[in-house]
Amino acid sequence: MPTLLPAPASASPAWLAALAAAGAAQFAAAGLPGRRSESWKYTNLETFGGIAFVPAVSCALTRAEAEAFFIPGLDAVNLVFVNGVFRPDISDEAAGLGAGIVCCPLSEAIAKHGALVEPHLGRLSAPAITREGEAFTALNQAALGGAQSGGFFLHVPAGAAAGKPVHLLSVSTREGGVFASHGRNLITAGSGARASFIEHYVTTDDAAAATPSVYLHNCITEIVAGQDAKVEHYLLEKDSVCAYNFSSLFIEQAEKSDVHSHTVLLGGKLVRNNVAPTLKGTAAHCLINGLYVGRGSQLLDNAMRVHHGAPGCFSRQYYKGILCDASRGVFSGRIIVDQAAQKTDAIQQSRSMLLSDDARVNTRPQLEIYADDVRCTHGATTGKVDEEAVFYFRSRGIPEAIARAMLVYAFAAEGFDRMELEPVRKLLAREMIARLPMAASLSIEV
Amino acid sequence: MTPLLQIDNLHASVGEVSILKGINLTINPGEVHAIMGPNGSGKSTLSQILAGKEDYAITQGTVAYNGKDLLGLGPDERANEGIFLAFQYPVEIPGVSAMQFLKAAVNAKRKHHGEEELDAGSMLKLFREKAAQVKINPEMLKRNVNEGFSGGEKKRFEIFQMAVLDSVLGILDESDSGLDIDALKVVSDGVNSMRNGKRGFLLVTHYQRLLEHIVPDFIHVLVKGRIVESGGREVALELEKNGYAKYGIYQPAKH
Repeated sequence: MPTLLPAPASASPAWLAALAAAGAAQFAAAGLPGRRSESWKYTNLETFGGIAFVPAVSCALTRAEAEAFFIPGLDAVNLVFVNGVFRPDISDEAAGLGAGIVCCPLSEAIAKHGALVEPHLGRLSAPAITREGEAFTALNQAALGGAQSGGFFLHVPAGAAAGKPVHLLSVSTREGGVFASHGRNLITAGSGARASFIEHYVTTDDAAAATPSVYLHNCITEIVAGQDAKVEHYLLEKDSVCAYNFSSLFIEQAEKSDVHSHTVLLGGKLVRNNVAPTLKGTAAHCLINGLYVGRGSQLLDNAMRVHHGAPGCFSRQYYKGILCDASRGVFSGRIIVDQAAQKTDAIQQSRSMLLSDDARVNTRPQLEIYADDVRCTHGATTGKVDEEAVFYFRSRGIPEAIARAMLVYAFAAEGFDRMELEPVRKLLAREMIARLPMAASLSIEV
Repeated sequence: MTPLLQIDNLHASVGEVSILKGINLTINPGEVHAIMGPNGSGKSTLSQILAGKEDYAITQGTVAYNGKDLLGLGPDERANEGIFLAFQYPVEIPGVSAMQFLKAAVNAKRKHHGEEELDAGSMLKLFREKAAQVKINPEMLKRNVNEGFSGGEKKRFEIFQMAVLDSVLGILDESDSGLDIDALKVVSDGVNSMRNGKRGFLLVTHYQRLLEHIVPDFIHVLVKGRIVESGGREVALELEKNGYAKYGIYQPAKH
């Protein structure tokens, strides 16, 4: 079996090399999660383990080709990665977001802003590598400092607001070969700071490509939100239908900070989406909003781990899945409430709609509550399109196929309303409509 | 004159249970008919069958609408031909605004009749005009279909839809249930404002109260799947006084 471990890099400085070595050792010891792994219970990695991934062979792309994937109407700092490799020549200037704000490739940040990076890089993810099922976290850490470790650093100091959202556009191309990329982003927001960060995965593959590209994105993003900081994070995933995307988002929230994580999974063969916030300061707010739409034989696996470590915090998880054809969805939602985290207010909702008899979804709520004065609720529903609603539409003259498409769209669109960036909402609405049958006949305004 | 609706010996069942056992009813253009009946008599089944709900098996009989077979048409085709069912329990549709819903309905009807879609300005004008006619607040259109509407708002929104779609045969399934007097008046005034020599209405109700506000030309009493009596206003007054006792059903007809 080919090894996924990248060739050992001569990473420097020493603290980075130590992180990489620890990741490599952990991955070598634990290997890929097997069938018995509890946290990968519904997601089989056997075929994945046989693929020989290499560093990207090419990262050719023109600015115009990249611009086709920019978010229309969004005034953002567009940072373009091609097959995991940063391309400053076709990216926007990252400087100038505001006084004291640092926005640059992680490698550059390690060299020039070590004092800002070292205290935080790996601080949230490194303790996770020994947890069951975290092989990809270890693998990403092993790649640190090497050629396959891309990613960005965004630092917004206390009281500052990033003037524009940062749009990290990851374009994958057939010319890149069967590549693996272990992206690594770090976002640190000081007290009262504000930032928006968009991770956006796209492919130049034609939707009807006979042999879609095979590649792996295994990216980790760490967000450290200071007191009263407000951070909005988006993950928009539209990879090739033969691609693997393992994304992990680790968040640490100080007192009264407010972090929103929005995830929309539309592409990929096998996608694993980990979201792990730790509410460390009192009265912190965390919103986790997600939508996954599976078609063909896609498998979209969402694993939440919300850790309430301080009193009076508030977390909301709203996930929706729409599964067509023979696609599969997984939602595992763990909420951990420490004994100290009294007055926790945590809600988890997972709703899925199955549009085919062969589609499946597995939902697992897992509550670990060690405090006695908390409000923690979870709810999961799985259903089809409401036939009473279809009849209601038809009784008003709306043909059945349009009625069904409008109802599916309405189910999906609810989550878009929670997103603050209107151009992102509009783009997603259009992408969603384009995926529906009868798209051309739907008079839905976005 | 071709009747608007002609029901001939209609039998319908759900599974093994026979619900309608030979309904005969003719509605001519311009007429308002009321069907009164106790719970379980088959009133709502009849309304739903006319609107095209597919949960029932038609075992015998025919229904003609404007002289043409109705039962072979899907619910959307019936609506586009002018049939409107005001639901007893209008369905809440989260995520779809009333505006979006009605636009889709208006354009579906126009497409059915080979007409161009209505542009945004004309659509808005149409909505405003009809809102004034049936006295609803057009702000309602910004909300999601029926979501969080009070009972009265739901019924008023049904009447508004009927006006916007300019329906020819309005079937009101217990539109009076759960309404206070003010809401009942808005619903009745809306229906009355639409009455003319071409439209027909079928009011389905348990109670005669609605019939004080929308005065029907004919009243039929439906009991156990059959129309057992037909007549004028006197039928309703008799029911108000004595309930359904004379048909062996001990339920009042007075609210």
